[in-house]
Amino acid sequence: MSENIKMKVQNISKIFGPKPKSIIPMVQEGKEKDQILAETGHTVGVYNASMDIKQGEIFVIMGLSGSGKSTLIRCLNLLNKPTDGGIYVDGENVVEYNNAQLKKYRQNKIAMVFQHFGLFSHRTILGNVEYGLEIREVPKSERREIAMKNIEIVGLKGYENKYPDELSGGMQQRVGLARALANDPDILLMDEPFSALDPLIRREMQLELLDIQERLQKTIVFITHDVNEAFKIGDRVAVMKDGKVEQIGTPETILEHPANDYIEDFIADIDRSKVLQAEHIMIQPNALVSLKDGLKVAVKEMKDNGISSVFVVDRQRHLQGIVTIDDAIEGIRDKKSLEDVLITDVNTVKRDEYVNDLIPKALDSKFPLAVVSDDHRVEGFILRVHVLSGLIGDESEQEEPVQAGV
Amino acid sequence: MNRRKGDSTMNSSFPDIRFEVGKVVSDFVDWIDTTFEPLFDFIFQIASSTILGIEDGLLFLPWWVFLAIVFLLGWRFKSISSGIMYAAFMFLVGTFGLWAVLMTTIAIVLTSVVISLLLGIPLGVLMAFSKGFSVVMKPILDAMQTMPSFVYLIPAIFFFGLGNVSAVFATLIYSLPPVIRLTELAIRNVDSEVIESAESFGSSRWQMLKKVQLPQALPTIMAGVNQTTMMALAMVVIASMVGAKGLGEQVLIAINRIDIGLGFEAGISIVFLAILIDRITGGIASRFQRQKEAK
Ligand SMILES: Nc1ncnc2c1ncn2[C@@H]1O[C@H](COP(=O)(O)OP(=O)(O)OP(=O)(O)O)[C@@H](O)[C@H]1O
Ligand SMILES: [Mg+2]
Repeated sequence: MSENIKMKVQNISKIFGPKPKSIIPMVQEGKEKDQILAETGHTVGVYNASMDIKQGEIFVIMGLSGSGKSTLIRCLNLLNKPTDGGIYVDGENVVEYNNAQLKKYRQNKIAMVFQHFGLFSHRTILGNVEYGLEIREVPKSERREIAMKNIEIVGLKGYENKYPDELSGGMQQRVGLARALANDPDILLMDEPFSALDPLIRREMQLELLDIQERLQKTIVFITHDVNEAFKIGDRVAVMKDGKVEQIGTPETILEHPANDYIEDFIADIDRSKVLQAEHIMIQPNALVSLKDGLKVAVKEMKDNGISSVFVVDRQRHLQGIVTIDDAIEGIRDKKSLEDVLITDVNTVKRDEYVNDLIPKALDSKFPLAVVSDDHRVEGFILRVHVLSGLIGDESEQEEPVQAGV
Repeated sequence: MNRRKGDSTMNSSFPDIRFEVGKVVSDFVDWIDTTFEPLFDFIFQIASSTILGIEDGLLFLPWWVFLAIVFLLGWRFKSISSGIMYAAFMFLVGTFGLWAVLMTTIAIVLTSVVISLLLGIPLGVLMAFSKGFSVVMKPILDAMQTMPSFVYLIPAIFFFGLGNVSAVFATLIYSLPPVIRLTELAIRNVDSEVIESAESFGSSRWQMLKKVQLPQALPTIMAGVNQTTMMALAMVVIASMVGAKGLGEQVLIAINRIDIGLGFEAGISIVFLAILIDRITGGIASRFQRQKEAK
């Protein structure tokens, strides 16, 4: 694996009840959560969960209420002590930490943002954000400076002397975020941080989180029960059910290859066009014509591929334009060159644009959309039908014609 | 030990089985007294000098400064008209010729309350942290609150003799439970997410208590201070039976002499003081409470 694994969660189980350890053998035998509850009265919060969380990614844990998301995330900073299993951060098993080590770990490596903010109502915003630094006995002037910087990052400059109850919910959660960031943790845990907020504020906070993440590159574990939120901000997503992790993957993989019926149901009402990006629906640029090839080659290329227009590139595959079969034949008759009949006004898109955002361009154009890199190199193209068909509902996955056609 | 006659017929009376629990208790108290005598002497010294100190301090203040302080407190925590009213009450007490006696009563009440808080808050915190301790303490607190307050006077005299210190001791036992209970309740009721967030930053137990739990619990603890103060004041008259000076003593004298005039003056003075203390401590408590509720 090329990417760094920041946190390795290995076979974590968390059982609630009078004698949790005694239940582990049953978990290992693979008995169901319901059965264990009926037979022993113990609740299985998390059932043998494993996952690798990579440095710098936003890892989302998603699942219905009661599926064990909070229980799992709280194991990661040991607010819950796992009944069984190991959690390795930078190679050390934090489950085995003694009190002093655990304090260090929480002070330096990991911070948490809570669903209902968990702010200290008796402290000002500044006092809240300073808290973690105060605990670590950072000198006063220094911690003031760090706190102010983080208050600014979350956009609350000017509010530092207010009390939490004087702020709106969205602003309070910004305080929660600033408080966690002030500690400069490697790992940021967020347990449904936005679910107490209005939809509008919520969307704004999601974008802002992505923005902050772009700058700070933390490793974020984010919990939500909202599929749309999960797929919007998650680099990878784990789906939980009854304490078990059912599937882990990128939003696209989960959308395209749901592991089971449960997940299929779960993602049924999601808007794909807001999750899928250009690169997920683009077609390999098999048929391409170079400028120097001339019109005859272009016609042959279109004929061979059964298409009625073809993209034209230069020697470095930089996009030059598109030529249609009608223009090409007319050009040959009139003894024109390829450049003469080239249509240069082509709509291009970047590979990470969301399909939803491509709709205007697709409506606006008669030709396929070209997917180009930053230096204008052709990486693929997208048929308008693939963008626009989404507008009239999911027409199921038909096999694409192998070659690019128009 | 010849109790009422009447055991001749039937089994209507209780058989002659006697467990002299009173004797056991009195032996026990005896033992405590002799074993811990130096300790009691020490406590006595501290308590009596505290009361004297406060009393002297209050008497040292010119009367109008005291009235000004009362007015300012009333103004700050209630309203300007309340401030004027409270100052007028105290002025009236002065006109009854009970000024010095009033100061003594305030000194006893203040001392009792301060000691109640010093003992009660840590005990309440311990109860919040330890289930076992809480289970042991709960029935003791119940007993302390339901036992007729007169009963406390006996060990008080026993340990500390007649006087103000005994009064403080008896008052203390009577007024301690609400502080302990409310402190425990307040600490237990701090929002669990707030506790967890403090924990997630790696707070030590002490940091958690000092920086989060106690400040969060403060509004409720303040309500306990209000209750405790009122109970201490209620104990003032009773405590005069063990030789406490102050307004209570005046009431007692009035009873003995069947002096209606003095009884009324001393009684109404206690009422004035009660109103003043209740409103001011209540005002402080609700100020804290408002901060918390606005959350
Ligand atoms: N302290 C606890 N004691 C006993 N059972 C618990 C405890 N905490 C959680 N559980 C149980 O563990 C299971 C998982 O709960 P958890 O809170 O992790 O779910 P969740 O996915 O976070 O749900 P939600 O979306 O409602 O927050 C539930 O069945 C719950 O009842
Ligand atoms: Mg939860």
